Amino acid sequence: MDMIRVNGVSKSFTLHNQGAATLQVLEGIAFAAGAGECLILQGESGAGKSTLLRLLYGNYKCTRGEILVRHDEQWIDIATAQARTILEIRRFTLSYVSQFLRVIPRVSTIDIVSGPLLARGVGAEIAARRAGDMLSRLNIPPRLWGLAPATFSGGEQQRVNIARSFIAHTPIMLLDEPTASLDAANRDVVIELINEARKSGVCLVGIFHDEAVRQMVATARFDILTAKQPEAA
Amino acid sequence: MDTSLFSQALSQEPLLQVQNMSRFYGERIGCRNVSFQLWPGEILGIVGESGSGKSTLLRCLAALDQPSEGEIQLADGGQWLDVPALPEPKRRALMRRAWGIVHQNPRDGLRMGVSAGGNIGERLMDAGERNYGEIRRVARDWLARVEIDPDRIDDLPRHFSGGMQQRLQIARVLVSEPRLVFMDEPTGGLDVSVQAKLLDLLRALVRDMGIAAVIVTHDLAVARLLTDRLMVMKDGVVIEQGLTDQVLDDPQHAYTQLLTSAVLV
Ligand SMILES: Nc1ncnc2c1ncn2[C@@H]1O[C@H](COP(=O)(O)OP(=O)(O)OP(=O)(O)O)[C@@H](O)[C@H]1O
Ligand SMILES: [Mg+2]
Repeated sequence: MDMIRVNGVSKSFTLHNQGAATLQVLEGIAFAAGAGECLILQGESGAGKSTLLRLLYGNYKCTRGEILVRHDEQWIDIATAQARTILEIRRFTLSYVSQFLRVIPRVSTIDIVSGPLLARGVGAEIAARRAGDMLSRLNIPPRLWGLAPATFSGGEQQRVNIARSFIAHTPIMLLDEPTASLDAANRDVVIELINEARKSGVCLVGIFHDEAVRQMVATARFDILTAKQPEAA
Repeated sequence: MDTSLFSQALSQEPLLQVQNMSRFYGERIGCRNVSFQLWPGEILGIVGESGSGKSTLLRCLAALDQPSEGEIQLADGGQWLDVPALPEPKRRALMRRAWGIVHQNPRDGLRMGVSAGGNIGERLMDAGERNYGEIRRVARDWLARVEIDPDRIDDLPRHFSGGMQQRLQIARVLVSEPRLVFMDEPTGGLDVSVQAKLLDLLRALVRDMGIAAVIVTHDLAVARLLTDRLMVMKDGVVIEQGLTDQVLDDPQHAYTQLLTSAVLV
């Protein structure tokens, strides 16, 4: 069952304060991704992989084309949806995982990780226990659980972010290099988490620069051809 | 993975509708041709540099000022109220019941000669509460929610720090559980560390209570943290609006690109 259908998507950036230069990044992109699939976006650096992922999330504005997402049994076009519809889709259907934790000041690690479960009505005790299990799996020691991650190392924050992102799956998950700069042991945990999500029916679209990782998670691949040269306006 | 389990229908009716609203000061433009809708639970940010018309717009929305042209309508009990046309007593009653205003300077929103508990209790009494014991209980509870020691209930706000005064003002506004809150630079005069704490608190309160809010700020980091949707103003006109992260990460208008490149957000 398709969860995402991308048709004729183009994206250009106009840099008004740099002589209105136009960067044509993506053109005529079309693909579909379904439940239980992990589609890898690949292409050289600067080809527009992250740009495409951000378009899917509604974080970048689509220049042309449609980005259909199955939300609550309906197809919704992210490219034209109202802001509040996109927010609703993000709450229930679509999540975005990067290597960076958007730090919520003052909230403890265990609360950050159990948050998505609580939001889905799981009881506080069970949510906290599952959050602890997830943090242990990602090698975050219990002495850190009660602290806010603002002061954690980059790698620790990254793993907290992954714990939070994978503790409750959304039907579609967008991954922008979630394993980047992790050590081998933690990288393998993330690969497991991705494969578990996929087997439970999640539709994943991801960017991984490491070919070994791609081979362990991919069910399909989509190549983004090299970006065009910027043209002066 | 049954999404319909979690999905709640988006409310179909906006809470506030603004159409072609303008405010002129003689020849000068305060704001011009502003149109938008605000839905229950939604947080709208208004950003732009000083003098761009943000506060003028907010003052008109909050009925502290009259628009020169255009419409402001508020959904109330299944009907639309034409806010600027309401007779003064009705408007005052509505302001007490349905909305709240958080001023940049807490002195403008607090009664400085009245105790902290009195500042909170007054709003409850306005809303019809008469039981003294209950008023004190709720006041203590709200002081705790905004992280002020409840034992300071009888202290005057002038003995509080700036950050505490601002938190007290927020308690005073939120205690009556308004549907709509207007905030003008709510973290304006505070140092950065106090600001972060206050923002966190505000975010949690507004989200938990499902309040709709319009927040004016010149600080894009504040906008990113607190708001769902953003309107960018320049010279009294809304030049760009949309999902907050989209406007900040992929700004379309030259001015917004300048604004977002000037600071790291
Ligand atoms: N917000 C933006 N404004 C202007 N240009 C942008 C913006 N985001 C991306 N770009 C441009 O789009 C092009 C593609 O960038 P993108 O980050 O999508 O590449 P990528 O394929 O993810 O590369 P990498 O593998 O290095 O991460 C680049 O030229 C980049 O500068
Ligand atoms: Mg990238």
